[in-house]
This record gives sequence, C-alpha cells and structure tokens, in this order.
Amino acid sequence: MSVVTQTGAAGFLARYEALKDRLPGDAAVRAAAAESFRVAGLPGGTSARRIEAWKYTSLRPVAEAVFQGSASAAGAMAALPKMNAPRLVFVDGKLQAHLSDMVPGFKSFADQAVFGGLARPDRDPLVALNTMLADDGACLRVPAGVDAGVIQIVSIGTGTAAFHPRHVLKLEAGSTLVVLETAIGEGNYLHNPVTEISIGSGAHLTHVRLQDEAAAAFHLSTIYAEIADGGTYDGFSLVLGGRVTRTEIHVRLMGPKAAAHMNGAQLLSGAQHADFTSVVRHDAPHCNSRQTVKNVLGGKSRGVFQGRIEVARQAQKTDGYQMNQALLLSPDAEIDSKPELEIFADDVKCSHGATVGELDAEQLFYLRSRGVPDSEARALLVRAFLVEALDLVTNETIRSILEQRVDAWWERQAA
Amino acid sequence: MSATAEILDSVQSGYKWGFETDIEMDLAPKGLNEDIIRLISSRKDEPAWMLEYRLKAFTAWKQMAEPEWARVTHPPIDYQDLHYYAAPKKKAGPKSLDEVDPELLKMYEKLGIPLKERAILAGVEPDPNERPQIAVDAVFDSVSVATTFRETLSKVGVIFCPISEAVRDHPDLVKQYLGSVVPVADNYFSALNAAVFTDGSFVYIPKGVRCPMELSTYFRINARNTGQFERTLIIAEAGAHVSYLEGCTAPQRDENQLHAAVVELIAMDDATIKYSTVQNWYPGDADGKGGIYNFVTKRGACRGERSKISWTQVETGSAITWKYPSCVLIGEDSVGEFYSVAVTTNHQQADTGTKMIHIGKGSRSTIVSKGISAGRSNNTYRGLVRILPSAAGARNHTQCDSLLIGDECGAHTVPYIESRNPSAKVEHEATTSKIAEDQLFYCRQRGLSEEDAVNLIVNGFCKEVLKELPMEFAVEAQKLLAVSLEGSVG
Amino acid sequence: MLEIRGLTASIGEKPILKGIDLVVPDGEVHAIMGPNGSGKSTLGYVLSGRDDYTVTGGSVTFNGIDLLDMEPEARAAAGVFLAFQAPIELPGVNNANFLRTALNAIRRAHGESELDAIQFLKLARAETKRLAMPDDMLKRNVNVGFSGGEKKRNEVLQMALLRPKLAILDETDSGLDIDALKIVADGVNALRSPTFSALVVTHHQRLLDHLVPNRVHVLAHGRIIRSGGPELAKELEKSGYADVLAAAA
Ligand SMILES: Nc1ncnc2c1ncn2[C@@H]1O[C@H](COP(=O)(O)OP(=O)(O)O)[C@@H](O)[C@H]1O
Ligand SMILES: [Mg+2]
Repeated sequence: MSVVTQTGAAGFLARYEALKDRLPGDAAVRAAAAESFRVAGLPGGTSARRIEAWKYTSLRPVAEAVFQGSASAAGAMAALPKMNAPRLVFVDGKLQAHLSDMVPGFKSFADQAVFGGLARPDRDPLVALNTMLADDGACLRVPAGVDAGVIQIVSIGTGTAAFHPRHVLKLEAGSTLVVLETAIGEGNYLHNPVTEISIGSGAHLTHVRLQDEAAAAFHLSTIYAEIADGGTYDGFSLVLGGRVTRTEIHVRLMGPKAAAHMNGAQLLSGAQHADFTSVVRHDAPHCNSRQTVKNVLGGKSRGVFQGRIEVARQAQKTDGYQMNQALLLSPDAEIDSKPELEIFADDVKCSHGATVGELDAEQLFYLRSRGVPDSEARALLVRAFLVEALDLVTNETIRSILEQRVDAWWERQAA
Repeated sequence: MSATAEILDSVQSGYKWGFETDIEMDLAPKGLNEDIIRLISSRKDEPAWMLEYRLKAFTAWKQMAEPEWARVTHPPIDYQDLHYYAAPKKKAGPKSLDEVDPELLKMYEKLGIPLKERAILAGVEPDPNERPQIAVDAVFDSVSVATTFRETLSKVGVIFCPISEAVRDHPDLVKQYLGSVVPVADNYFSALNAAVFTDGSFVYIPKGVRCPMELSTYFRINARNTGQFERTLIIAEAGAHVSYLEGCTAPQRDENQLHAAVVELIAMDDATIKYSTVQNWYPGDADGKGGIYNFVTKRGACRGERSKISWTQVETGSAITWKYPSCVLIGEDSVGEFYSVAVTTNHQQADTGTKMIHIGKGSRSTIVSKGISAGRSNNTYRGLVRILPSAAGARNHTQCDSLLIGDECGAHTVPYIESRNPSAKVEHEATTSKIAEDQLFYCRQRGLSEEDAVNLIVNGFCKEVLKELPMEFAVEAQKLLAVSLEGSVG
Repeated sequence: MLEIRGLTASIGEKPILKGIDLVVPDGEVHAIMGPNGSGKSTLGYVLSGRDDYTVTGGSVTFNGIDLLDMEPEARAAAGVFLAFQAPIELPGVNNANFLRTALNAIRRAHGESELDAIQFLKLARAETKRLAMPDDMLKRNVNVGFSGGEKKRNEVLQMALLRPKLAILDETDSGLDIDALKIVADGVNALRSPTFSALVVTHHQRLLDHLVPNRVHVLAHGRIIRSGGPELAKELEKSGYADVLAAAA
C-alpha cells in the first residue's frame, strides 16, 4: 500500500474498507451506506453534484483536510463547563468509562450497535458517512413515565481525528429527559455525529446543545426526531466554535398535539462558517412548531439559516411559526437565509419572518447617553438579541452555562 | 367541470367558434435548427447582426438544459415538435358579435369588458375608424389605429413599435440594449427566446419625457399572430416616465402550448418604468388537460440614480407559470418594486416571484406577494433578495401571504435572503392561512352570499397589489379574481 | 315576530343552550341579561345561523318562517341583524364597499333595485352624520384598526343602513362612553316601528334607560330562568344575579 494519505470522500471510503470487518452492527447497512456515500460524495466537495440543501455550504475544506490521528484530551477536558449532573464523556468519539458516570438506561453504541430507521443514508450524505463509520455513541432509553433528570453527553475532539458518533435517545410514553450535549476540543478534527430521537406519547425531551469546538475543527451534526401524540421536543443549539459547522435537524410531528421547538443561536467571527438547517414536518393535526434562530456575525464569518415547515394534507389545525434574525457586526460578514413554507393543508396557521441588519443605532445611542460605554452597550444589545431564542432553556444551571459561554465569546471579540 | 372551466374550454377548443375555417398560414416546418432561424430572420427582413445574435443564442441554447428547480411538473417538451414561425395571413373573423360564441360573450360580460372591446377580443373584424383609448401596439390589421397614436407619441419623441420594426428602424438602440439586461444565455428559455423571437414591443422614452399615455399590448396578444416567443424592450432615459400595460383580462384563445417571453427594462437617472401585467391565458380544463406553459424571463435594470422599476402582476391563467420579474438595482437610491397576485385553481401550477439584486448605495425594494390556491393547484412564491457589499444602507421589505381554499391544494413560500452589508436592512414576513370562518360568517350575516363573501375577502387580501394597477386594469383584475375562483368555494 | 320554542344547541359536543322559550312580539324590545358564559352570545349566533353551532332541538319561527332551515345570508335578507359582541375585522375590505355590497345583496333578495356608488354614499353619509360618526369611518377597512367603541358604532351604522326587522344587539353597549351609548340607543329607537323588534343583550341599566324594554329575561346556564318587566333589570342592577340564580335553583 502506498503511504499517500487519501483525503475527501476517497479517504473516508478507504478508511471504511480498512475497518469494515471490525465495525459493530449490521454490516449490510454499512455497506449500503458506503455505496450511497460513494455516489453522493461530500456536499460541495470536489466531485459532488450541486444539491439545493447544500446551496450555501461547501464541505470543500473538509474534503481537503487530512484526518489521521488523535492527541491528548487533557487540555480540552479542563475547559468543560462544571455541572452537577451525570455525564458520558467521549474522546474522539470513543466512550471514556473512567471519565463517565453511571447513567441508568445507557448502553454504548459500541456494545449495542443498532441503526435506527429515522436517519436515511440514501438521502443524506453525512448520514451515509456516519452510518458507514460509526463505532460508538450514546444510546439512552427512558422507560415510560420516568423523569430521568439531566444527563450530559460530552464530546472532546483532538488532533486530526475524524469521528462519527451515533446517538440514540428513546423516550417512552410520559417520560422526561433533559440532555446537555457539549462539544469541545483542540485540533483540526472532524466531529460528525448523527442523533436519532424518538419521543413517545406525552414524553418531553429538552435537548440543549453547546457547540464550542476548536477553532480549526469541523462540526457536522445531523439530528432526526420523531414525536408521538402529545410529546414535546425542546431543542436549542448554541454554535460558537468550529471552522465549518452544519447543524441539521429534522423533526417529524407524528401524532396529534405533538410540539417541537427548534431554537438556535450562532455567534461567529473570523472566517467561521456555520449553517443551521432544519425541517419540521407536520404529519398529524393540531400540532405546533416554533422556531427562533439568531445569527450574530462578526469578522468575515458567514451564517446560514435554512428552515422549512412542511404541512401534510392531513395536518389540519397546524400552528407553525418560525423567526430567523441576523445581526451583522462587520462589513465582511454574510448571512444567507432561506425560510420555507410547504403547505398542503388549508386549515392552518403558518408564518415565518426574517430580518437582517446591524445593531440599532438609536438603542445604542440611548444606552450610551445613559453612561453605558460603547462596548458594554453592544454586549448588552447582543445579549438582548439572543434572549428570545435562549428563553426556551428553562433549566437555570444550563441557561447560565450558555450565558457564560456567550459572554466569554463576546469578550474574545472585544479583545 | 366548473362553469369557468367550461367557458375557458369553449374558448380554447376553437371549433365552437364557427369561424376558424380557411386559415391560410405562412407556416414554417416543425423543428428548430439554424435554417429555421435564418428563415425567421429573413421573413422579418432583419439585418445581418440580428441573425448573428439569434444564431449565437441558438448555439448557447443547445448546450443548456431545461431548469428543474421550480416546483412544477410537466411531461417533457419536444422542442423539435413545434412550429417556430407561424404568421397567419389575413383571415376572416366574425363580422359582428352575433356570430360569436354566446358563452364567451357571457364571460366578457362578467368581466365587465366594454362592448366595443368585447368585439375586438372575440376577434370581430375591427372598424378602422374606431379608436381605443389606450395606445396599443396594434399588430393586427388596423394600421390607422396604430398610426394615430404613433403621431401623438412621436411628437414627444416616444418610440413605440413592434420590436421587429425597431430592429430595422432603430438598430443602434436595439443593438445597444437588447440582451443587456437578460443576456442571451441567462437561462434556457431566454436563450430559446433570443434565438427565435418573432414579436414583441419596443419602447423608447427620451430624456425628460413623461409618456403622455399608458402604453399597452392590450389587444395585441389577441391578434392571431400572437408571439409564442415575445421579446419586449423598454428604455427610459434620464428623467423619463412610462407606464406599460401587458395582457388582458379575457381568456386568450391560443393554440400555442409553450410561451417563453423575455422582457427587458432599462431605467436611467430619475427614470420610472411601471410595468403591469394581467395574465389570463388558458389554464387547462378542470382535469388539468391542456393549457399554456408560460415560461417568462422579465428583468429590469435600474441603471441610473434614483431610477425606479415597478412590476405589478395579476396571474390567473396558464397551466404552468414560471416567472420572476426582477430588478437589478445598480443606481444609487434606485427603487425596485414587485406586487403580485397569483391565483391557481384546478390543476394549475404557478412558481412565481422576484429577484431584487441590491448593488447601489441606498437602493430600496418592496415585495408584496399574494398567492391564492384552490382546487388541486400548487402555488409557489420563490424570491431572492441579495444585498451586495456595495449596497450600503439598502432596504428591503417583503410580505408574502398565501391563502388556501379547499384542502387539496398546496401553497409554498421559498424566499432566499442574502446580505453582505451590515448597514442594509432586510425584513421578510410570510403567512399562510385560509379564509377565516368568522369573517365569512360576518359577511353572510350582513346578507352576502358565500361566494360574494369569499370574493370580497379575497379582494381585500389582494388589495395592496390591486391598488398598484392602473385604474382600468384594477377594476377588471378584481372581476377576474372573482371569475377565476368561481366554483372553488363550498 | 320571533318565536323560540324549546331551543337547544351545542358547540361541538358541548351543550350550551338547554331549552330556550322566548316570544318577541312585533314592535317590542326585549332585553336579555345574565352572567358571563350563560349562552347569550350563543343564542345570537344560533339565530343568525353560524356554522359551528349545532341546533339539537326546538324551533325558531320568524314572521311565520322556519329560521333554522335558512343560510345566514337568507336570514339577513329576511331581516335578521346581529350586532356582534366582537365585530370581525376584514383587512383590505373597504367599509363603504362592504356595506354597499351587503345592502345591495339584501335589496336584490327583495327584488329592489341596487344602489350605485353615488346613491349609496349619499345614504351612508346621511347615516354617519345622524349617528355622529366621523366620515372617514366609511373609507377605512372594515373594523381594522378600529377602537372597541368604533367597532360597536360601526355595527350600529350597519344596522341603520340595512334596516332589519329583528336586531340582535350583543353587548353593543359594553365599553362605550356615555355619548356613544346614546348613539346606540338612538340607532335602535330610530328603527322602532310596529314591524321592528329587538333583542338586546346587555349588562347595564343605562342602555335600558334609553330603550325601555317591554320585557327583560335572565339567561343562565342555557335557560331563561326569569322574565319580567323593565323593573327586573333595575332589580338586577341593584342586587346582582345571585338571588335570581338561587331562586331558580
Ligand atoms: N367556540 C367555542 N367552543 C367551546 N365552547 C364555547 C365556544 N364559544 C363559547 N363557548 C362556551 O359556551 C358558553 C356560552 O358562551 P356565550 O354564549 O359566549 O356566553 P355569554 O355571551 O352569555 O357570555 C360558555 O361556557 C363558553 O365558554
Ligand atoms: Mg357574550
């Protein structure tokens, strides 16, 4: 074998060929995923077709990077937010038992590699990539009626590793769970998780994601959630780190009175690129979806928002709302936004709104005229801008962790 | 089949008219190739440069593929199975209204079209001494009508003539501006149009001139040599003003399945162009059979400072509409507007919207789109607002509202918002709803029938757009909405 | 004029009216009072034919015809007018245009000639003036951006123009200042004739001072639990519904 390291899709496929006999779970599923990935390639990568879903995001930097090895996780570990809740720690995608707590209902994907049917490798190249190479992850099952409290899932990336964790969250009827996912690290690694979520009838999942990856890292995450009647998904993603980020969330409201919130905030600077893409599908009547996504863009960064509300014919009395707003803090920043409505039922109330602009000069002046220094006034207004999206996070400890991260981000900008 | 569809069907099928006999056509053989293009060019007595332009476009077209991104579906079009040149020779129409299909007349009456105009629409041989009140680019036989207006217009230096004539008489203007807003290879249909266009209007408003009347193609598309591939070019020099009306509220009798028009507008400093369209071509029958494919490229360039281009459209016809009247806002403080009502019923598909490209400092744009879907139709708003880094202080406001009538149709909103200047402000709002039960009940409690109540509410829903239409168009457009939605309710 | 016998009605599965008997003779004004949620508005909606209210029993005859069988617009044409407790907004629909369309629809139903825009405006202006309403009320969109009081006055204007035989006023006096209250009362009094009757839902004696009802009925839990002369309203104003409710229980 030659020593030349392959990059891009070919590199991932070569890795699959080398590992495939040792990967857990159904080999046929992986083989099919590999075939899908071979055909699709990396979106926006060198050879791939143009796909509308990837109109504003190119994975060429991912395709050109060399992923080959891990490094020490100690430095990143020290930066973990302190929180008094059981945690599962993964380093470069591998569960670290010695750093993790006992969590009832938990199995590692390495031990119980079952691919769910929600994420479809044939439709989504990143799901194909993940399905082809996933070797670990968190599978959490909350039994009916149980309140499982708060659980943390921590990912630490290092060096030039590429890892593709596979998470499964299953909430049975009437159960409750709060998950805080934190992604941090040091290096130029690739973190490509896929999470499949099923929320049973009347169950409630709060899914808070803090993405504060290393500045040179790639974070491409895909979430598929299915919600039964009366169930609720409250999702919030805070995106701060990473060179190229894609957060893609698909939520399907399957039974009457199911509800989904898919909020997010992306704070970017330098040459960061972060894409927040979501699809909420109303398949049942009387469901409700709400989404507020905010982008704060400095430097030469580029924020992308794509959000689609789909309402099937039978989903009468749907109430769908979506708002996305961007603040451009610098003349070189860019926002691309595509909020979509696709509606086939007539008795619905769906609306979306989008605004793009800079900080309000009058508000800024008002604050300064009251003696607040310029930079503080800006910080205040940016925080105020984020409140609407953050308000979904009602757990006070988690909320304050997020707020601290936002403040730290702002201080880094000011410095 | 609804009453509307039935009337439209009778309009379309032709036999019922009883005067479609003895058509003597100057017909090119089917198919598209260089020879056909040479034939078109020679029939139009075109100079060599025009032929070259066409051939270049044809070469580009052959290398392009039909766009697939719009939310429309249709069987593949065989471009070699069409006639690209079909100039009917003079043929006899009905001599008077008595010879015209009474169903069609009933429809015109519902639309409140004046008697005289009904006759013209129905193809009754015009009396050359009659004058409509709007300047008409009259391609139909009445030479005298056209010349009368041309005199008034030429007194102030306005040129308003068929584009084929402009190619011969004003070659420098045409050469300078044709394809300057919509380049030959802009898209598949614009390339096709550039290769084979046979008809359309040319308008030139000189510096500082306010065009003394509204210019209209009102009757022209009813002329039997309707261009399948219309080409329109409007130039407003510095300080000029013009309002141009396209189309007609009556259903158009038309055998051409495929229409691919290109419209280019150019506005210099302080110039204003207002372009209004009412499109009610044959939408196909209640089962979705037949109907026009309307694949149009309309774009205006606001080249001058404080220039303004305003598009207003009421789209109720065609089986498929693919149309995005756009503005490229180059000049400082230039203004682009797009006001649209799109109604789809039965099996119609409309994918329509606009593009506002902000380049100039302080450029502003407004988008108001009202989509109404009924029957089994699909109605999509697709729009792009792009703010380039140079467009400091640019503003856009977009309002897209969809109304669904019945539970078998679809309403879709696909806006793209791209901003690269922090001082620009973009606001987009969209809503989808049905007619509220309590509004309907309120109207009915006051004595209105359900259908009248729906019409009233729909007209209210479209008000912001309808008020942008010139008066005489607005009234007809309102009635047209009512007729289009007839039978969709209940 | 109006004869209601054993009327029961529900919203969805929920029974609201549980057997209403009420006769309003020609030329009379009857007041309906009763605690919130007792079904007063429901009665108005059922009489005017709102879709989501299902009549489950009983009958309503209006000048000899069976009202319950008719579409809402047919009832309006027959002369039933409901002044909504919460008037509906119609964005983009011009008030004058709305009123003219309604008036002409009713005139058409009576075989009368339609009014053109000019004739109508003359009539409408006269009415707005008589009711001391600003002229621009006609130009604005129906109830859009109207204050609560303006909406109520707009209902009275509509009533004045449509000249119903039976006017049902659902708390048209709520939230009005003293002058506006007088306008409402004058609006009703102006229509008073041997062929006009009114059913006035109200919580306040003040309106009844101006209107002097022939009868006052108390509606509670979907039934009329007590009826009396004008003095009953005064009694209720003083002592509230508690005694009447207790007596009926
Ligand atoms: N749309 C509705 N759906 C269900 N219940 C309703 C609805 N509208 C009214 N109700 C109920 O019907 C009852 C009577 O209401 P209403 O006639 O408005 O009372 P009133 O006018 O006397 O205050 C109340 O209990 C109210 O909550
Ligand atoms: Mg009430």
